[in-house]
Amino acid sequence: MSYYFTILSPTDTPVFNIAFGTSKSGGDGIARFRFPDTAQYMNQFIIHSSLDIVEEAQWTNGAMYLKHVDTYPPAAAYISAFLTPSGVRFLLLHQPPQLSNSGGSSGFGASSILGSSSNLARGSTSSIAANPTSPQTEEAVRQFMTEVYENYVKTAMSPFYKQGAEIRSPVFRARVTAAGKKWL
Amino acid sequence: MSSSKASRIGEETRIDKVNAELVTLTYGTIVAQLCQDYDSDYQEVNKQLDKMGYNIGMRLIEDFLAKSGVGRCANFRETADMIAKVGFKIFLNVAPTVTNWTSDNNQFSLIFDENPLADFVELPDDGRAQDELWFSNILCGVLRGALEMVQMQIEAHFVSDILRGDDTTEMRVSLVRYIEDEMPPEEE
Repeated sequence: MSYYFTILSPTDTPVFNIAFGTSKSGGDGIARFRFPDTAQYMNQFIIHSSLDIVEEAQWTNGAMYLKHVDTYPPAAAYISAFLTPSGVRFLLLHQPPQLSNSGGSSGFGASSILGSSSNLARGSTSSIAANPTSPQTEEAVRQFMTEVYENYVKTAMSPFYKQGAEIRSPVFRARVTAAGKKWL
Repeated sequence: MSSSKASRIGEETRIDKVNAELVTLTYGTIVAQLCQDYDSDYQEVNKQLDKMGYNIGMRLIEDFLAKSGVGRCANFRETADMIAKVGFKIFLNVAPTVTNWTSDNNQFSLIFDENPLADFVELPDDGRAQDELWFSNILCGVLRGALEMVQMQIEAHFVSDILRGDDTTEMRVSLVRYIEDEMPPEEE
């Protein structure tokens, strides 16, 4: 599974971006998206296109974690969202790896129900890595979001950080990376 | 007076406290504003912080002596314990370690395990702040101001800061001289 994580300010300015891969079930933590390296803007495109749905979903309940909100089937990209009370959006795009063997066309949009069963059959330990809509994945993403949120609050409290500006702090980046390694 | 007695006074002296985050954010804002006002001239910011601290220290010593009820220190070592275990304890609720004495007992270091002023802080990444700004420099001024009011001229400066990536936060304090009561220059 490859991940692309973005923080958007309430005025839709991207303040933080990071791409990383799964570290579970033997993953090496390196993102391998299905687009060529020259087309990484596709991640941003897909993730930002989910904002409308996030805005629709944000008033449906009181939770900060909105779970999986959007899917972009052509790229098998799944978007999970987390809102802070001040309206900052955390968006996580996850894309299961493209599998060459026959049973593994798991990630393709509508077939996700089929895909999930075949994945569960193959091995429960890889459920987070291979199945983006399972409860385990939702839970892992929630843990990840919560941990990032805690660190985001600390970063935003730094007197030298200007609200709404890009987060350049290497400490924050390292902590997000660590959270990704821990939960995803 | 032994240093354990000093820690006891520090523990027992109760003064009104405010929320730590209020202090952290207020102080952080002051420093950030100074950096902005002086166009990131960090030497100047250090100087201004020291000056602000000096003015605080001159007033704070009175408050300190009134609240803690301690008397005159017999020597500079005792003064150091008083600063660390009573002064910092009652005002910032931390007790830095006193160490690295020089053989003439005139210089020591305060090692801060925690520094409530610097919670959440990350120095600006402009490549200079890490080398030039002493974020908590106000504390040097406070010590200088406070001790000057009790007849000790000292010099205090930070030598390392966790914020800069050092392992410890260390302040070096050296006694310059005891200020004797001087006669006004004779007019003739």
